[in-house]
Amino acid sequence: MSSRTAIQRPATPAGRTASALDERLTISAPLRRTLNKVFPDHWSFLLGEIALYSFIILLLTGTYLTFFFDASMQEIVYDGSYAPLRGIEMSRAYATSLDISFDVRGGLLIRQIHHWAALLFVASIVVHLMRTFFTGAFRKPREANWVIGVGLLVLALLEGVFGYSLTDDLLSGTGLRIINAIFLSIPVVGSWLSFAIFGGEFPGTVIIGRFYILHVLLIPGILLALIAVHLLLVVKNKHTQYPGPGRTEDNVVGKRMFPVFAAKSTGFFMVVFGITAALGGLVQINPIWLYGPYDPSQVSAGSQPDWYIGFLDGSTRLFPAWDLYIFGYNIPPLFWPTIVLPGLLFTLLGLYPFIEAKLTKDRAHHNLLQRPRDVPVRTAIGAMALAFYTVLWISGGNDLIADKFDISLNVMTWIGRIGLILAPPIAYWIAYRVCLGLQLHDREVLEHGVETGIIRRLPHGEFIEVHQPLGPVDAHGHGSLQYGGAPVPKRMNHIGGMGRAIKGFFTPLEEPPARPVTSEEEKQAELTGSGRPKDPEA
Amino acid sequence: MRDVTRLARLRKRTSSGLALAVALVAVGIGYSFAAPSSSAQDTGLSVEAMAGQEIYENSCITCHGANLQGVEEQGPSLIGVGEASVYFQVATGRMPLAQHEAQAQRKTPVYDDAEVNQLMAYIQTYGGGPELPAEEDLRDGELAEGGELFRLNCASCHNFAGSGGALSSGKNAPSLNQSSDLDIYTAMLSGPQNMPVFGDNQLTPENKRAIINYVQTLNETADPGGLSIGRAGPVPEGLIIWVVGIAGCVIACFWVGTRS
Repeated sequence: MSSRTAIQRPATPAGRTASALDERLTISAPLRRTLNKVFPDHWSFLLGEIALYSFIILLLTGTYLTFFFDASMQEIVYDGSYAPLRGIEMSRAYATSLDISFDVRGGLLIRQIHHWAALLFVASIVVHLMRTFFTGAFRKPREANWVIGVGLLVLALLEGVFGYSLTDDLLSGTGLRIINAIFLSIPVVGSWLSFAIFGGEFPGTVIIGRFYILHVLLIPGILLALIAVHLLLVVKNKHTQYPGPGRTEDNVVGKRMFPVFAAKSTGFFMVVFGITAALGGLVQINPIWLYGPYDPSQVSAGSQPDWYIGFLDGSTRLFPAWDLYIFGYNIPPLFWPTIVLPGLLFTLLGLYPFIEAKLTKDRAHHNLLQRPRDVPVRTAIGAMALAFYTVLWISGGNDLIADKFDISLNVMTWIGRIGLILAPPIAYWIAYRVCLGLQLHDREVLEHGVETGIIRRLPHGEFIEVHQPLGPVDAHGHGSLQYGGAPVPKRMNHIGGMGRAIKGFFTPLEEPPARPVTSEEEKQAELTGSGRPKDPEA
Repeated sequence: MRDVTRLARLRKRTSSGLALAVALVAVGIGYSFAAPSSSAQDTGLSVEAMAGQEIYENSCITCHGANLQGVEEQGPSLIGVGEASVYFQVATGRMPLAQHEAQAQRKTPVYDDAEVNQLMAYIQTYGGGPELPAEEDLRDGELAEGGELFRLNCASCHNFAGSGGALSSGKNAPSLNQSSDLDIYTAMLSGPQNMPVFGDNQLTPENKRAIINYVQTLNETADPGGLSIGRAGPVPEGLIIWVVGIAGCVIACFWVGTRS
């Protein structure tokens, strides 16, 4: 049978093409394996895809921008379309960025999509990281992919910084000045490092060109390679799945790569692209023409980095101005919040799987995820870290918050300083208590059943709520189901008690089916109706 | 016996009240005689300035003092501040103050143009000071040069697009979006509150007009990129990407991910 099908020539043109390809490349077997690969189905597994798709958008739009951008710091006199800057001396980098915005067809739209996609890229990495953290997806055997993910995050931050430094406007130049100051703050080697990077005194004439090649070639190349490894490791280790009926540590329950998963992913890519394109077309981002060309003698109020560096701006604003001297070497105050703090944070983040494994002595393979409530300590640690980060992040824009909400800037700084110390333990405590509360409620439902909303009055006058047990009950009416790490149904419609859900996301697409009244229910209606006048329509 | 003392006490109280009333009337009459004689000393004031004095004595005198010398912890001296300062403070509604706070806020002006002119005439008679510009067109300056001067002198507090910014201890550099040409000009001349004075030696009248031209051009230019989201830099952009971008993507995620 098999030998006969092998020699049978395909009849259709598509079949002939496929056959011709397979004769030369022998790809049908691996392709079939890949297309049939099963992925667990859960909406939260799509969060990482936002990052992947925004990266693709970044590559496409970025390539278009390179056609028109010149990363040169040569001083020229602007003579383009934007009148308020005509006749002003500026670098070619800034002038060509202005040309992209005003004189290149579609240039401003592409530039704005590129910038919005960059913000979305980092934001979606953070959201994906939170999902991975809170569900314990980083545990053995996936520690390596966690470390790669943290590496991707750090590279994405650097890529963003290099990107917004290229336009050489007043804001990006101010950012470069701060980057220069951060390098200078490193004890002993600071000055040499700064001279090496900037090719001499700030600002010099080479930094834009250097950042450009890092931004368009080196870092995207590394990002691309790491993303490939990241995805290959997901394939190799299999995707994790949430516990549920039929799901074990040794199987994968889900949808095949083709067609369901591929269709969903393609559709989702279109949605992500649509959102970035809509932002790029409708909301102005980084209006470089308003900033003006960079001049070291000028700084604008409200000069902030993009959101993902904001937490370091915040840490700089909050950290006290302690000028230390150790062994005769000066350690400037800037060193702690901009080098030590992020170094510590990202090291801890990268090592977290190993730290947790060490502390819990858990060295087992894990393919099933955990619900955040089931690991209250980890969840609380995550909440604590988020609270710490959020205080830093808000403090990065504290002058704008002070201005727009009529709060004293000094008060904002002190809110940040005190909040940075108080908010994390409070967040830890709240998250821990919430986890325990949710755990208890799961057990309660498993033991006593789902609340039906039906209140019954007993003959002696007591009111009780009728509970629907989820499984067989013992002599006392207590359920015997054990908690298995999966969501416990808590409302009647979760267990089909209200009938099937009506189709339609925003508006119902069908009439709710009329439910026949069973004799059981008729009997119940009579029972519950005792003592009251009978409903004539029932 | 008791009734007698009570009556005597009552009589005593009435008589002292009567005495007080008589004394008050006497002082009032005496003042009405004395008042014209004191204003007769200021015959140097023009009619307009006298009208300004009346406004001053009705609303400004509590904080700035009877002789414009200022009141400690209430208000500064107005001697020599000039009509430019009066124009900026009163025509933008900053003065009179609604309350003592970190700094005066722009609000609906209490006085109309004629009354502002009267106040300006009155204050100007005390020690002179910066005057309103004579030119009609305050935007008669080179646009790009105005931008350069704006970034050099103004942007560090008012932000790159004149959207305003925070200063220390609840003070702020206000947004220039609602400012008229003359508001900006007189602010530069008089240096209100935390703003430095940009006299004609620091920024020539041509410089000032160029800056005003730049600020008002920005105010009147639409944003080519779409919604301006406050022209306040990357902070509102970060807000948008989380509130709109990520929120939209996660909702889409949920929508796509829960279909089967």
